[in-house]
Amino acid sequence: MTTTTPALTGSRRRPGDKVFSGSAAASAVLILVILAGVGLFLLAEAYPALVAPADEIEGGEGLVVYLWPILFGTIITAVIAMLLAVPVAVGIALFISHYAPRRLSQALGYVVDLLAAIPSIVYGFWGFQVFALALVPLYQWLAENVGWIPLFAGPASSTGRTILTASLVLAVMILPIISALSREVFLQTPRLHEEAALALGATRWEMIKYAVIPYGRSGVISASMLGLGRALGETMAVTLVLSASTSAITFNLIGTANPPTIAAEIALNFPEATGLRLSTLIAAGLVLFVLTFAVNFAARALVTRQKGGST
Amino acid sequence: MSRQIDVSDLDIYYGSFLAVEKVTMEIKPRSITALIGPSGCGKSTFLRSLNRMHEVIPGARVEGKVVLDGQDLYGPGVDPVAVRRSVGMVFQNPNPFPTMSIYDNVLAGMRLNNKRLKRSEADAVVEHSLRGANLWKEVQDRLDRPGAGLSGGQQQRLCIARAIAVQPQVLLMDEPCSALDPISTLAIEDLMGELKKEYTIVIVTHNMQQASRVSDRTGFFNIEGTGKPGKLVEMDATDTIFSNPSVKATEDYVSGRFG
Ligand SMILES: Nc1ncnc2c1ncn2[C@@H]1O[C@H](COP(=O)(O)OP(=O)(O)O)[C@@H](O)[C@H]1O
Ligand SMILES: [Mg+2]
Repeated sequence: MTTTTPALTGSRRRPGDKVFSGSAAASAVLILVILAGVGLFLLAEAYPALVAPADEIEGGEGLVVYLWPILFGTIITAVIAMLLAVPVAVGIALFISHYAPRRLSQALGYVVDLLAAIPSIVYGFWGFQVFALALVPLYQWLAENVGWIPLFAGPASSTGRTILTASLVLAVMILPIISALSREVFLQTPRLHEEAALALGATRWEMIKYAVIPYGRSGVISASMLGLGRALGETMAVTLVLSASTSAITFNLIGTANPPTIAAEIALNFPEATGLRLSTLIAAGLVLFVLTFAVNFAARALVTRQKGGST
Repeated sequence: MSRQIDVSDLDIYYGSFLAVEKVTMEIKPRSITALIGPSGCGKSTFLRSLNRMHEVIPGARVEGKVVLDGQDLYGPGVDPVAVRRSVGMVFQNPNPFPTMSIYDNVLAGMRLNNKRLKRSEADAVVEHSLRGANLWKEVQDRLDRPGAGLSGGQQQRLCIARAIAVQPQVLLMDEPCSALDPISTLAIEDLMGELKKEYTIVIVTHNMQQASRVSDRTGFFNIEGTGKPGKLVEMDATDTIFSNPSVKATEDYVSGRFG
């Protein structure tokens, strides 16, 4: 009788593994292909605008002069929105995860998730018809009393449809996603670390500072970057809320002359645009694409550096 | 700074579930008290009630008295945060703050007490505590590295250093060696021998050799069945518990004839 030892070498892989790794790889490649496809499309369609003589571009002074104010408008509204939203969102997340009694925290979490479900056009209408008008007295007060701060130089807009209003509406829009994601990471803080702090005699806030925030920091950064990405690309709400006049670069957040954002500029002009005007708008889209990409890249880099353990 | 603890008629609950019933116990200063017993009999629960860590679990509460140096820890107006600052605790799994450096880990408790420390004072506390935890020689040249980079045994000693840095009156240890290798375990047992000169130490262990090696007095907890509360069956000098206990269940347990 001969016994055969089963071969321990060789790499016969199980079918399940094969299917899984195959489909994972395929999805990864698909994502790259789609990204590259979008990038190439934008580049090809924008090409006429990239090479056109300066006086044929909208505004008559070349692509850069045209793009610069709307890029500025995009960044300033999104960044202000993020600065306003992140602290509030993190506060809400901490309250839900570590302060509120269980019943209340569930209800609150639910409300926050509902905020995320409101369509952006609704935010736009609300911002334009209700919120902007409600803010006018505040803007007038700001212009009169703290007008020496360049941000509030005034004269205050009488419609309230300013950069700050747009930023506030964007802040409300990105609040739920930042808050929901932050809440999830805060809830996952290892009990071990929380108890380490408590056993040293930490109050609840000190425990949060010692255990919860360090643990959740990279998650909060990712959440904020997702929010920033959404704010950069948000179209409908900004289009409705912001009273935009092209080529105004200003840090006056409550005035009448406001730069539009890239997304709003495209939405406003796309329907009638043809030929070179269309290419110009697509070039603007390309800039937004690159910007969003860069933001996500930076976020990724920040998060991995955090995880590297250097404090 | 070491103090006596007197526990009387302590009932410990998780919600409506009575986990530990009617414990009366005297814990002597400058000594090591070991708590042994089968798992699930409430040793950790009891230990955590000694520094009011029990109540951080929602619904958890106690009835009865724990008197530290004349003061009832569960008396009206007693702040659990203050209790935890004077009764330190070391957990089963080493839990240094992962993003903090070794240096900052040791000082974590100090900083909570809101003491403004001069750099030289802070340095002195760090060195003294790390020496106290027998860790100084191993980490003195990498104090700025994160605590999570140490081995398990080193991390546990770092946690001990962190606990003794605030000079607590009592040190509670819940199976501090069960996640460690034998060499680290010996290092920590030696350390406990040193620490008892200054601190009142209570240690939970499932390792009976360890209890007999390190402790002066031993308490045996037992449970009659699942869902029943754990009870303190017998408490005596460690030698007596291991050689000549007065209760049959204790003898069965320490001689390994349990079940
Ligand atoms: N967080 C908790 N919530 C509810 N019951 C618990 C909790 N922790 C422990 N218990 C129960 O309390 C009893 C004692 O547990 P424990 O103190 O952990 O025992 P030991 O440390 O002796 O193994 C067990 O019945 C256990 O199921
Ligand atoms: Mg236990």
